[in-house]
Amino acid sequence: MSTLLLEGGERAANRWIRQGRAIDRIFATAAIFFGLLVLALLGAIIVSLIIGAWPALSKFGLRFLVTTDWNPVTQNFGAVVPIYGTLVTSVLAMLIGVPLSFGVAIFLTELCPLKLKRPIGTAVELLAAIPSIIYGIWGLFVFAPLFQATLQPLLIKLLGPIPLIGALFSGPPLGIGVLTAGFILGIMVLPYISSIMRDVFDTVPPMLKESAYGLGCTRREVMWQVVIPYTRAGIMGGVLLGLGRALGETMAVTFVIGNAHQVAASLMAPGNTISSALANEFTEAVEDIYLASLIELGLILFVITFIVLAIAKLLLIRLEKQKGA
Amino acid sequence: MTSLYRRRRIANFVTMSFCYGATAISLVVLAAILWTLFSRGIEAIGFDVFTQMTPPPGSHGGLLNPIYGSLMMTGIATLIGTPVGIMAGTLLAEYSYGFLHRLGEVIRFVNDILLSAPSIVIGLFVYELVVIRQEHFSAWAGALALAIIVIPVVVRTTEDMLRLVPVGLREAAFALGTPKWKVIVMVSYRAALQGMITGVMLAIARISGETAPLLFTALNNQFWTTDMNTPMANLPVVIFQFAMSPYEDWVKLAWAGALIITVTILLLNILARVVTSVRRVG
Repeated sequence: MSTLLLEGGERAANRWIRQGRAIDRIFATAAIFFGLLVLALLGAIIVSLIIGAWPALSKFGLRFLVTTDWNPVTQNFGAVVPIYGTLVTSVLAMLIGVPLSFGVAIFLTELCPLKLKRPIGTAVELLAAIPSIIYGIWGLFVFAPLFQATLQPLLIKLLGPIPLIGALFSGPPLGIGVLTAGFILGIMVLPYISSIMRDVFDTVPPMLKESAYGLGCTRREVMWQVVIPYTRAGIMGGVLLGLGRALGETMAVTFVIGNAHQVAASLMAPGNTISSALANEFTEAVEDIYLASLIELGLILFVITFIVLAIAKLLLIRLEKQKGA
Repeated sequence: MTSLYRRRRIANFVTMSFCYGATAISLVVLAAILWTLFSRGIEAIGFDVFTQMTPPPGSHGGLLNPIYGSLMMTGIATLIGTPVGIMAGTLLAEYSYGFLHRLGEVIRFVNDILLSAPSIVIGLFVYELVVIRQEHFSAWAGALALAIIVIPVVVRTTEDMLRLVPVGLREAAFALGTPKWKVIVMVSYRAALQGMITGVMLAIARISGETAPLLFTALNNQFWTTDMNTPMANLPVVIFQFAMSPYEDWVKLAWAGALIITVTILLLNILARVVTSVRRVG
């Protein structure tokens, strides 16, 4: 009687273990499958873009990268103008966004009273939550007119007459244009960059900072000579992450850049970026070669952002390992 | 000596003032955006916005069909993207040993790149994958594009949250002879549930304002449709189209739509922050 019970129990236990193992295997397989799916996604995006862009790739070859023409009538396409626009707006965004991000990050880590740290930190992060289309209509209806009435004439008057850089600030104040797009992008990347800067500033051992303060350093000297040298790689990672965002940003730029297919010397003039060209022209492109050229633009954008983001990630990963060690 | 001292103090004062200024600028911009949205949005919003269809140029109407379209596509995208993201996140957090650890590092790297990849490229990808094959734009394609944006967000938060679960909890469960899947589902998931929900909420917030990937997938539709296999109106694309138009009624509706989207997203974000006290940028 008792052995029978024991045997029954053992059998049940064995079945339970076997069942557990079977489900374990299914569960692990599913996890690996979906993990690989994420990898496959990246591969599929690149492959599908190459396939879509093939007619343009084979017709124009490398010429695509050095041609300024963008003519749907003669079906001759080149990427110089949108690539130039993308790079210029992103550089402007960095020139505006990076110093501001530094300021915000230093304020939040060093200057802010403890009570205000969370609300102000949250408010800055909410800037990242606002979708880009909202920045777009705000930029078009509020910022651009304001910019046109105040800052733009001032810049033209002050910087316009200076030789060389004057050309950058010449022409009529239109409100919309490359510089406006740069400003809006600068604000948009601010929360991303400042958030990473805060994180990396927090990795500085307090002892280092306290030693510097103990020597009589001012806050500025502690930041410049202790914190920033210590966190250089992380800061670079954050800046590049912001750059990656700025390069691919679509809607906000499309609203305010003016969508003119031209390389203008002046930053006040309307222009074009890869993503705004895609957003504006894609559904209108009927000819195969036109569509393929647009997809090739998308491919170029993806490759550029991929490289920038990959470098950013590598820098930040190295920092994380340093922190763990 | 005194001049050096004064110079250092002035340099310090200038730098710190700049920091105050930078923070003030970002707060002012946030306030300005919200103020514009509320002042222009509230004057445009009314009962009609939620009960009537998008109008033809120059006449009165509402946003019922784009609201429905946005809800449907966001909902389906979340339903597709969340399980994929959670399983992939589980792989990264719970199976990090041996070969899988190496694989996990690669997946994490790729996932972080997808997280910041330009969303318009995702739109192109789905266009190539679905729209060309079907030969027409459809709400399914739009939902798929949004799902692809959901995945990396959920992967990231799931992994982060699972990593916060103390190893001791898992070990205690293993010591009782619990199979691994059960430990993950009954212990790790339960302990990390709040954080994982936050991740999903942030993902929803992220896609409800996405415009670029919908331009070439769901496109737009001026009429009411519940058929996911046809082009479907959605708030972001309608805002884009209406705001750029010269018609006063359309611009007004664009502001109403912008207010609806932003309030939804801000509520989701604030709620997510209340649920967990973890600091995170979307």
